[in-house]
Amino acid sequence: MTAGTGTHRHWLPIGIRAERRLETPRWLPIATLAIGLLVALLISGALIALIGGDPFLVFRHILNASFGSLGVLSDTLVKATPLIFTGLACAVAFRMRLWNIGAEGQLFLGAWGASAVVLVPLLPPGVSPFVVIPVMIVAGVVAGALWGGIAGWLKARFGVNEIITTLMLNYIAIQWVRFWVFGPWSEGGFQLSEQFPREAWLPRLTDFAKAIPDFAGLTIHLGFLIAIACACLVWLWLARTRTGYEIRLIGDNPRAAHYAGIDIGRMVILVMLVSGGLAGLAGMSEVSGSVHRLQDGFSPGYGFTGVIIAYLARFNPFGVIVAAIAFGGLILAGREIQPAGIPSMIQGIVLFCVICSDVLLRYRVRLVRR
Amino acid sequence: MNLEVILAAGIATGTVLLFATLGEILTERSGVINLGVEGLMFVGALAGFRVGLDAGPWVGLLAAMGAGALLALLHAIVCIRFQADQIVSGLALTFLGLGVALVLGDGLAGTASPQALVPTITIPILSDIPFVGPVLFTDQSALAYLGYLLVPVTAFWITRTRPGLHLRAVGEAPSGADALGISVAGVRYRYTCLGGALAGLAGATISLAVTPGWYAGQTTSGLGWIAVGLVIFARWDPWRAIVGAYLIAVIRRLTLDLQGPPELFGFPNPFFTYQPSTFFLNMLPYLMVILVLVLGSRSARRTGGGAPAALGIPFVRGERGR
Amino acid sequence: MTDTTVPAGMPHMHVPPVHADLAVAMTGIVKRFPGLIANDHVDFDLRPGEVHALLGENGAGKSTLMNILAGLYRPDEGEIRVRGGVFEPDSPRDAIAAGIGMIHQHFTLVPSLTVTENVLLGLDEPRFRLDLREYGARIAALGEHTGLRVDPDAQVWQLSVGEQQRVEILKMLYRGARVLVMDEPTAVLAPQETQELFRTLRGMTESGGSIVFISHKLDEVLAIADRITVLRRGKVTAAGIPAAGRTRPELARLMVGREILETIDKALVTPGPVVLEVRDVRASNDRDLEALHGVSLDLRAGEILGIAGVAGNGQTELAEVITGLRRCTGSIRVNGTEVANRPPRASIASGVAHIPEDRHGRGSAPNLSLTDNLVMKSYRSAPISRGWLLDRLAARRQARDLTTAYEVSAPSVDTEARLLSGGNLQRLIFAREISTGPSLMVAVQPSRGLDVGAVATVHRLLLERRGAGAAVLLISEDLDEILAISDRVAVIYEGRITGIVDSAGADIGELGLLMTGHAASDEVTAA
Repeated sequence: MTAGTGTHRHWLPIGIRAERRLETPRWLPIATLAIGLLVALLISGALIALIGGDPFLVFRHILNASFGSLGVLSDTLVKATPLIFTGLACAVAFRMRLWNIGAEGQLFLGAWGASAVVLVPLLPPGVSPFVVIPVMIVAGVVAGALWGGIAGWLKARFGVNEIITTLMLNYIAIQWVRFWVFGPWSEGGFQLSEQFPREAWLPRLTDFAKAIPDFAGLTIHLGFLIAIACACLVWLWLARTRTGYEIRLIGDNPRAAHYAGIDIGRMVILVMLVSGGLAGLAGMSEVSGSVHRLQDGFSPGYGFTGVIIAYLARFNPFGVIVAAIAFGGLILAGREIQPAGIPSMIQGIVLFCVICSDVLLRYRVRLVRR
Repeated sequence: MNLEVILAAGIATGTVLLFATLGEILTERSGVINLGVEGLMFVGALAGFRVGLDAGPWVGLLAAMGAGALLALLHAIVCIRFQADQIVSGLALTFLGLGVALVLGDGLAGTASPQALVPTITIPILSDIPFVGPVLFTDQSALAYLGYLLVPVTAFWITRTRPGLHLRAVGEAPSGADALGISVAGVRYRYTCLGGALAGLAGATISLAVTPGWYAGQTTSGLGWIAVGLVIFARWDPWRAIVGAYLIAVIRRLTLDLQGPPELFGFPNPFFTYQPSTFFLNMLPYLMVILVLVLGSRSARRTGGGAPAALGIPFVRGERGR
Repeated sequence: MTDTTVPAGMPHMHVPPVHADLAVAMTGIVKRFPGLIANDHVDFDLRPGEVHALLGENGAGKSTLMNILAGLYRPDEGEIRVRGGVFEPDSPRDAIAAGIGMIHQHFTLVPSLTVTENVLLGLDEPRFRLDLREYGARIAALGEHTGLRVDPDAQVWQLSVGEQQRVEILKMLYRGARVLVMDEPTAVLAPQETQELFRTLRGMTESGGSIVFISHKLDEVLAIADRITVLRRGKVTAAGIPAAGRTRPELARLMVGREILETIDKALVTPGPVVLEVRDVRASNDRDLEALHGVSLDLRAGEILGIAGVAGNGQTELAEVITGLRRCTGSIRVNGTEVANRPPRASIASGVAHIPEDRHGRGSAPNLSLTDNLVMKSYRSAPISRGWLLDRLAARRQARDLTTAYEVSAPSVDTEARLLSGGNLQRLIFAREISTGPSLMVAVQPSRGLDVGAVATVHRLLLERRGAGAAVLLISEDLDEILAISDRVAVIYEGRITGIVDSAGADIGELGLLMTGHAASDEVTAA
């Protein structure tokens, strides 16, 4: 890593020396993350300027359109809700160095499972929401978990690379949902289902506007609270339980974990089930809390953004909440930004800068005089 | 449904997969995983088409390769210089490639131009061979022929030349190669960029030959990811790559052809009578990728799958000093 | 010798004429690593046609010094001259161009390539196309000429360790190396193979080549070296003294600063009932080739059974089938319970502890804390486990107790395991394994790469287990270690136990024959 290892010729009187760090101070991960994000911001701004945009205007627009008022903040949190779930789904799997890139597909399956409860229907119409909602949650979790579990099983049983299987399963899941919304569940030949009955809607703040007028128009729904609760549970699971310890051990050194008597295949399946279940919850909460119907293309890539969120959060469940809210704002504001590729481009740049900033965690970088 | 027509059409899409898979094989042989093939293909497709509109298809192809190599260079810097996690970097590349292509391709969507098309060629004598002729050598895009050539060339390069020997050594035992004075980083930079160039070429093959034009986010429909899967199926061997690429492409083509006729084997065709069921047909290529990987897993386990031993592991000399 | 040191950076003309006659002259070499000085003003010279031994403990700076010569590290201070000319290698390629070839302890061969491909690797010739047949013939001829016979078309992973070493030497000779640096070359060889290597090295020096022989084994140094340089903690304690007439105690004193009197107190323990019963076990290695061809063993409580053998003869696989990490056929009973083909957990539960060969790769989780590493085998049961939950306080308490009892020195139990030195890490692994109260302890290469003090601790701990009535299976490539602490010695060769003898009065020559296979003895003389 030392600059100019190869030759003695130096162009500058000052060089950069990188030494391997022995200990990592506690504040360092946050500091490097901040540096990474700052650089990402600068690069994104420069690129926007390069294609003829005004970066300050774009960033101000993003801030205003995502955190500028109570109303848009509520919308941001609505967008953040599925991202918390998919971020957690990825964080759980990545902790074990299991590359579940299939949160998108698991999300689609979760949405499909939850929708099936009211569209098949699995429950007769007019049942109390206190029955419908829990059943939808279970259906969403189970469908997502099974979809993730397939990839887990294929990896545990056949050693098939999970990156490829989860990705392929994404495409299959999207086709599967398309079949239902174009076919059996199509409303009048359009690529969407009929709207869910009110008892299948997750309660929103605006639903209480009669009692508290200030809540009018705030679409944030119960899914957000469920997401926060899930983050706490995932944290507890990873940090305080036997299984969580096993996940950390496998993530750091699978050979040591095997030696410690852990059945890695079983854990791969378990973690893929949990990861898929969390992503499934994202789909459930999205159709029941926000879209209120199943339709083609209802996710602008929440599952993929979950990958970035998990990484930004360094796989920490509480970090996932923060990162998800930030990206929720970006996605919300991004809908109005032209050209449409900008949010995706910014996500890529952010991810690049953050992983590059990780080098500062491993090395102490110093300027030295030659 | 004419088998020859289906196979011939499969070759066209198969060429896309072939370029991308060969590129990824070269990259991974040097020990670097690049999961960003999908993103590179987006950029290649756009660059090829955009430049092709003004300067003709051949310059377009070169531009696509340059763009792919440039973006792959970013991945190489991040993975080699910064020793970042190659998997995450590849994912970032996917996002970035898609984003950049969408931004730069804004306003181009839906345009098609015959001027930007790569010409098709029929080889005089070879096309007269029964069955093989019409499938392989009749009215195929010039790029398909490039694909036929590239497989033996790549295979020869890897196994029978000095640069290929160095490539294999760096991917299998970087510290051994380093001790003999081979620049591990240099080899990895070169082949990551070369892989990127081929991915860019694959993208341009879509936009200049298979489905000419720029169709924004719909352009690659997961072909880049399929290529990454095919590398595992191919066990990093160009000859197996050509089999996998054409197989998946023919299946993709078949799913289109199955929707046409009202009857199949004397029965009413469900894909014709009930349109939504065609979505099941669309799943087939992706299912096939999973299936070939599962079927290949038995022998892959026994032989280690042929994966380069140092795949995905950053090289740090000595770990102690520098 | 040290008095005539030439200061670093001295202009060319002031060089004493003697340097021109030297193959290599290193003066005032300083190399610092974060936290230590590996070489502290070291002088070293090498004459044409001699074997110069570089003697020292692990970590004394021998390999660092030679890595500098081989172009892998750049010295912070000092000067190197090769045949009189200033030599500043930027890479191993420069060193090879100057005729210096280093053969590392861990071979730098590429296992999936053939012998020919390995030899040609990194050369400018052939320019482009590899004609393996033509170059294979050249390499075979060179091997014939130097007595380093090996099949040029074989893939390296198929070769024995001794053959691989020959390929390494061939690789350097093919490049025209006149100076061969060999880092602990005998560590992986059986006694007979060592003799064969020595003959090859002698042949090289007779034709004018020079050899640097890095070792910490006194007997071998005395057997092969013309001169000896001793390093201790990065400093020279003896500079190029003639080997003739030196004695082991004298060299040992130079090496460690005191005489090594490792008198091992082997208390008399009457072996108890059979703890481990291995019957006709067959298993494959990672390449799916059969590595164990029907191994049978008995091991009693209060007994240490040493498994002697050259690396790669099935030792790793044997340890892994007993500890449940590898599948096999046949029967393995621990205290009467069948453990073959049961998951590792079953083997742990029936009282098997395992000191793995690869401390970093298997024995520990480098980025987790000492606490997490110490509870790896005990987290499933009280007091650390409380139902689903882990009691972190209990885990830390246990970790603190164990680090104190086993003298694992670290800032705290939250320190990451990767920061431990080799000896500390091994003490941690011993602490963890012993804390499970094992009735059988499988220790694989437990003292490899440790300094003298840590080795003594490892031996003491193993003997303590024996005294406490546990059965110990000690797998080691160090025959001296095995003879020092085992009660019985079993020799393994190509996946078979070729003989079991009492260690008291065992004959090294006989063990050496067993280690190369009975029938292999005539093969050795032929080669």
